Amino acid sequence: MTYAPEVRERLETDAKEIIGRYPRPRSALLPLLHLVQSVDGYVSDDGQEFCAEMLGLSKAEVVGVATFYTMYKRRPAGDYNVGVCINTLCAVMGGDQIWAELSEHVGVGHDETTPDGKITLERLECNAACDFAPVMMVNWEFFDNQTPESAKQLADDLRAGKEVAPTRGPGRLCTFREASRVLAGFPDGLAADGPSAAGPSLEGLKIARANGWEAPKAEGSEK
Amino acid sequence: MTTLTPVLTDNWDVAGSFTLDGYGEYEAAKKALGMEPDAVIQAVKDSGLRGRGGAGFPTGMKWGFIPQGDGKAHYLVVNADESEPGTCKDIPLMMANPHSLVEGVIISSYAIRANHAFIYIRGEVLHVIRRVQAAVREAYEKGYLGADIFGSGYDLDLVVHSGAGAYICGEETALLDSLEGYRGQPRLKPPFPAVAGLYASPTVVNNVESIASVPSIIANGADWFAGMGTEKSKGFGIFSLSGHVTRPGQYEAPLGITLRELLDMAGGIREGHELKFWTPGGSSTPIFTAEHLDVPLDFESVGAKGSMLGTRALQIFDETTCVVRAVLRWTEFYAHESCGKCTPCREGTYWLKQVLKRLEKGQGSEEDLAAITDIADNILGRSFCALGDGATSPIHSSVKHFRDEYLKHFEIGGCPFDPAASTVWGSK
Ligand SMILES: Cc1cc2nc3c(=O)[nH]c(=O)nc-3n(C[C@H](O)[C@H](O)[C@H](O)COP(=O)(O)O)c2cc1C
Ligand code: SF4
Ligand code: FES
Repeated sequence: MTYAPEVRERLETDAKEIIGRYPRPRSALLPLLHLVQSVDGYVSDDGQEFCAEMLGLSKAEVVGVATFYTMYKRRPAGDYNVGVCINTLCAVMGGDQIWAELSEHVGVGHDETTPDGKITLERLECNAACDFAPVMMVNWEFFDNQTPESAKQLADDLRAGKEVAPTRGPGRLCTFREASRVLAGFPDGLAADGPSAAGPSLEGLKIARANGWEAPKAEGSEK
Repeated sequence: MTTLTPVLTDNWDVAGSFTLDGYGEYEAAKKALGMEPDAVIQAVKDSGLRGRGGAGFPTGMKWGFIPQGDGKAHYLVVNADESEPGTCKDIPLMMANPHSLVEGVIISSYAIRANHAFIYIRGEVLHVIRRVQAAVREAYEKGYLGADIFGSGYDLDLVVHSGAGAYICGEETALLDSLEGYRGQPRLKPPFPAVAGLYASPTVVNNVESIASVPSIIANGADWFAGMGTEKSKGFGIFSLSGHVTRPGQYEAPLGITLRELLDMAGGIREGHELKFWTPGGSSTPIFTAEHLDVPLDFESVGAKGSMLGTRALQIFDETTCVVRAVLRWTEFYAHESCGKCTPCREGTYWLKQVLKRLEKGQGSEEDLAAITDIADNILGRSFCALGDGATSPIHSSVKHFRDEYLKHFEIGGCPFDPAASTVWGSK
């Protein structure tokens, strides 16, 4: 299978833009692989061929890089990449139980996709949101402070095509392909959605405000 | 009593803090671009700012290593890979206040005479990437990035680059390989990035929080910054409390604050429970216990007590938590993330995982306990990069503080803890 001419043309235009950002073309490889995922939903054979061609690399070189990184899917994946953080802090706070119940509920294991093609489940390492433990990520958006019940509900809603919203992020969850396009460096205009910060991110600041604590003033400054 | 000092977190409760309207006019960058680059470096040296990415290397000194007048391109690369277990400060910072980072990039790049800078963000944080992309775009539109910034004649291009999932890419030389489009594996040092970094050119790699702190130093002066913190660990930093605390979250405070003080502010350990063990700076820093509640959280004091300040990632575990389970899980992480380049780490983390699994199931023996210590001894100091060393921290420190708990597992032939009791909903 090769890309249809119009798909190929669009890919090439985007690829050239990406390559143009860097002093040396090969730096574009990671974003190009995200771009491929935005079209194919995974790093397809054609996609790797395409990257190789655009960068003047061998396909083996591209495959060698693609297989190093966990975000590149080697098989067609679901519309929603549903991850449960199982690193120590989240695991202890309930992530292990969430994983066990969710995996049974959905009927697939790590890196497996539901037969309806909706959900790929993944065990995640720490996603830098430990103060919101237990944490889940769907298409790399935050779903903070989860419980086994909320996790199963989330999966059901996703499979039923209901709209769900991340806890810190846009009002609408985008698909894995749409998310991949943002990662390739093509903004989707949703940056202003959602709060500046939420929940635990604000705990320290709230206490500082309540006590009137501030950083010292600079000498001679008004502030 | 130490009090909180919101600087980087100060606008997080403002709607639209992530836009220029919510942030302000880049006054510090304007000021810096009117100074000599060397004077900017000197100010950062005088402030005493030390890297916020874990190792605490003096930032101004690092900048000073960049050769000048060498005719080569220089680069600034911001390390926004934040993946060390427990570390969760750069991500909310970039979500709420990305302009502090972009302004810091401008000042820092100017100081080291770089015309090209990169922010390498881990890929798994979509909304954070959106916010940083938007901030960079806004800065370009205002003329704060691009050609002839503030009419100073200085040009700077800034690229937001998304990673693709690999903890090792946080290691600065692996990050550079990754940014060049290769597998992210560490490079031999020397040469250090300051001499041969990105594309073999002089490069500064700094953590997000380090760079985001720079505008405040330029705006308020080196003395202002140095007036906070301790003798050798100056300034403020974001302390991230997670786990079994009443109010987990981000607490920005002078270096040298203690966990006791932070816990006081955070409402203490969750109700009805008590502190068992904690990491001062992420999973790669040896664990502490209740004995260490009053250790000042600065580089020297934490080091003197046998751990590391690291990234101020305070993961707190109460008495319901099995330390063997915690260590096994961290070890599985290191085994998974080991890049495979060197034998001690690749093989060692694999064997640690095997033996710990046995121990956790209560099928181990005293020899196994000796074995994990031995394996860890063989990784520590013999690995190619600090990931391997970090993998040994939970092992050595847990055996030191909780030897009895390991023994208990094979005495009773299983884990003495109920994992349900540690969960958020199990505490009730
Ligand atoms: C395995 C490993 C992972 C690391 N991850 C990060 C990271 O995510 N962010 C970071 O700033 N530094 C990380 N570091 C430290 C960097 O190598 C480097 O010291 C740091 O980016 C320098 O910036 P600083 O001086 O501003 O702290 C990591 C180091 C190792 C060994
Ligand atoms: S210590 Fe581990 S991560 Fe570092 S180079 Fe060796 S194998 Fe790779
Ligand atoms: S351990 Fe789950 S987000 Fe850090």
